Amino acid sequence: MKYLERGYLIREELPPFPSEERLRKRPVAYIECPQPIPCSPCYESCQYGAIKMQNINDPPVVDYEKCTGCMKCIRVCPGLAIFMLRIREDGMGEVTLQYEFLPWLKKGDKVKLYNRKGEEIGEGVVNWVLPPEMNEKMSLVRVEMPANLIFEARAVRPVRE
Amino acid sequence: MVKTEMGRLQEHPILEFKRGKEVTIYFNGKPIKAFEGETVAAALYAAGVRVFSRSFKWHRPRGFFCAIGKCSACMMEVDGIPNVRTCKVYVRDGMQVKTQSGMPEAENDVLSILDDVMDTVFPHGSHYLKFTTSKNARRFIVNQLRKFTGFGYPPKAVYQGKAGYEEIETEVLVIGGGPGGMSAAINAAKYGAKVLILDENPFLGGQLVKQTHRFFGSAKERAGTRGIKIAEILEGELRSFKNVDVRLETRAFGIYNGEVGAHQKGEVDKLLRIKAKKIIVATGAYERTLVFENNDLPGVYGAGGVQTLMNVYGIKPGNRGLIVGSGNVGLILTYQLMQAGVEVAAIVEALPTIGGYFVHAAKVSRLGVPIYTRHTILKALGKKCVEGAIIAKLDERWNPIPGTEKKFDCDFICVAVGLSPAHELLYQAGCEMKFIPELGGLVPLRTKYNETTVPGLYTAGDVDGIEEATAAIMEGRICGIHAAISLGYGGKEAEKELEEAVKELDEFRAGPFGQKVVVGIKKCLVEGVKV
Ligand SMILES: Cc1cc2nc3c(=O)[nH]c(=O)nc-3n(C[C@H](O)[C@H](O)[C@H](O)COP(=O)(O)OP(=O)(O)OC[C@H]3O[C@@H](n4cnc5c(N)ncnc54)[C@H](O)[C@@H]3O)c2cc1C
Ligand code: FES
Repeated sequence: MKYLERGYLIREELPPFPSEERLRKRPVAYIECPQPIPCSPCYESCQYGAIKMQNINDPPVVDYEKCTGCMKCIRVCPGLAIFMLRIREDGMGEVTLQYEFLPWLKKGDKVKLYNRKGEEIGEGVVNWVLPPEMNEKMSLVRVEMPANLIFEARAVRPVRE
Repeated sequence: MVKTEMGRLQEHPILEFKRGKEVTIYFNGKPIKAFEGETVAAALYAAGVRVFSRSFKWHRPRGFFCAIGKCSACMMEVDGIPNVRTCKVYVRDGMQVKTQSGMPEAENDVLSILDDVMDTVFPHGSHYLKFTTSKNARRFIVNQLRKFTGFGYPPKAVYQGKAGYEEIETEVLVIGGGPGGMSAAINAAKYGAKVLILDENPFLGGQLVKQTHRFFGSAKERAGTRGIKIAEILEGELRSFKNVDVRLETRAFGIYNGEVGAHQKGEVDKLLRIKAKKIIVATGAYERTLVFENNDLPGVYGAGGVQTLMNVYGIKPGNRGLIVGSGNVGLILTYQLMQAGVEVAAIVEALPTIGGYFVHAAKVSRLGVPIYTRHTILKALGKKCVEGAIIAKLDERWNPIPGTEKKFDCDFICVAVGLSPAHELLYQAGCEMKFIPELGGLVPLRTKYNETTVPGLYTAGDVDGIEEATAAIMEGRICGIHAAISLGYGGKEAEKELEEAVKELDEFRAGPFGQKVVVGIKKCLVEGVKV
């Protein structure tokens, strides 16, 4: 389990990518939670049976075809391990992630993008937020970025004016 | 980014700090602004005070460490009373606080020069050998030496306040109002038992009150809910019972054949003599520390101490911290520090792999905090306060590898290397104890219903083995129901729930993260009397 020596996943350790065709249809939940821990709110929140888990200690596995992109799971994940991914018709990518820092992000904010290791990899724009007060102080932010970054960008920080 | 004023956080993504009226306290004669509801230690810290005391032989500077009344590093003279743990007393307008060690005061102690010469004049153990020629000489020198120690002076006047006394009879007494204790009280009360619950804090919730993150587990165990919220939910449930008496700022100090002595603070301080048919001890745990050079320097804090300062009192612990230990506590604390606008230089872990949940590590890695596994802290740098730290890589035999040292600039260091059960009351009550490393230290032998070898005395939560809040709540449920049943309440329904509760806890511990605890509990399980 090399990822436990590092604290982040590398390419070979990631769950399989959803197909480009699927990514173009509508958002899909991508869960980076490889370790068996006693935690199951995502599984319990999914109405479509898209998240598979044999018991509470099992890491979740997403059936990308069943996932409707409804975002129930990303609202509850205590591990901040779920990302909603999408490629739009115009070819731009979108990543939705959980965010709980000040200042809260707003639609239109420019953000810097960081990879799993915390390295800056580019810039994006927030194009939708679920405000913190709607989700027990856990905001969701959707960030528009080049499509090639959706499997890389895992954290954002506001660009300081 | 996060606004602060006078060392206090003015905003926070998750928490709202409700500060009381502004008051003035006097520290070594100097006025200091504080807010009602803050402890003396918290108010002093916010005002920039870092040196709380001096060590008694070498007069080394000491700061606070645990912030929950368990380590005694913060003792001062408060309103004429010596040896008061300032992290456990709350500010009051006009309060006089004095450091009791150091000349003239802890911050600037002329005696600290002794640090360099003391060992040549008074080598270790020499106070037993020197000045033994005559009784009078000995008495004189012991009196003089005492002045240098910083143990404080006894109050000059006889205590003038009033003292009260109350005898209470109850069926179930719960000591400790954390998740374990609250759950025990709820479950005994719901079947009809008369319950009294004590906590030495002015609030219920125990460790949960500083846990801003969302909890793990299954939805049924309130996973996805923040720890602070879980404390509120439990308290609401507890207070809905008419047969539960809650006493806060009340500390149990001894268990004597089924009777408990406690001290309740208030307008009039009271001594309580409590006769209880069943006693449940849920006193939680202490933080451990780690051996390294300068580990007593102000700025080296327990992880829970920093959490208390930051999440309970809204006081910024520093600008840049180093975290030692990558268990869940260390990882979560790192994230919480960043939420409060504090930078984290790095996390250091001696084991080859991260100890906590991977997802917690991933959360801070993506924010740029490096995690150094197979590394240890060699020393803290600084004279009166932490100014930096040196870490090094470890070889296969846990020895630091020369040449791999790295220096970090930081103004505080958090030690997050685990907890030890706060077992004193159980030990004093005569429970058979056993040292079990898997459970974090000395724990009582117990039945599967958490009854100890002293009949009618139960335990729940971290005090009988370090686990987590979910397990503490489940253990509380088990012993609360068992206590109610053995008092004659609940009947068949309670018996059925009890067996279910035992089964659920077994299932919860079945995963890889529960293995250590399962092994530990096997070593201290005894057969109980069937109810
Ligand atoms: C950073 C951090 C993160 C954590 N994250 C999680 C998590 O995600 N999920 C999870 O399940 N758990 C988590 N935990 C663990 C959890 O908080 C503890 O395991 C849990 O609070 C233990 O409950 P308890 O009731 O045994 O003890 P405590 O919560 O410690 O409560 C003990 C209470 O007893 C009182 N007391 C002690 N002695 C006396 C006395 N003599 N008289 C009167 N009162 C007394 C104390 O004041 C205290 O209020 C975390 C802990 C930390 C520090
Ligand atoms: S007792 Fe006050 S800091 Fe530990």
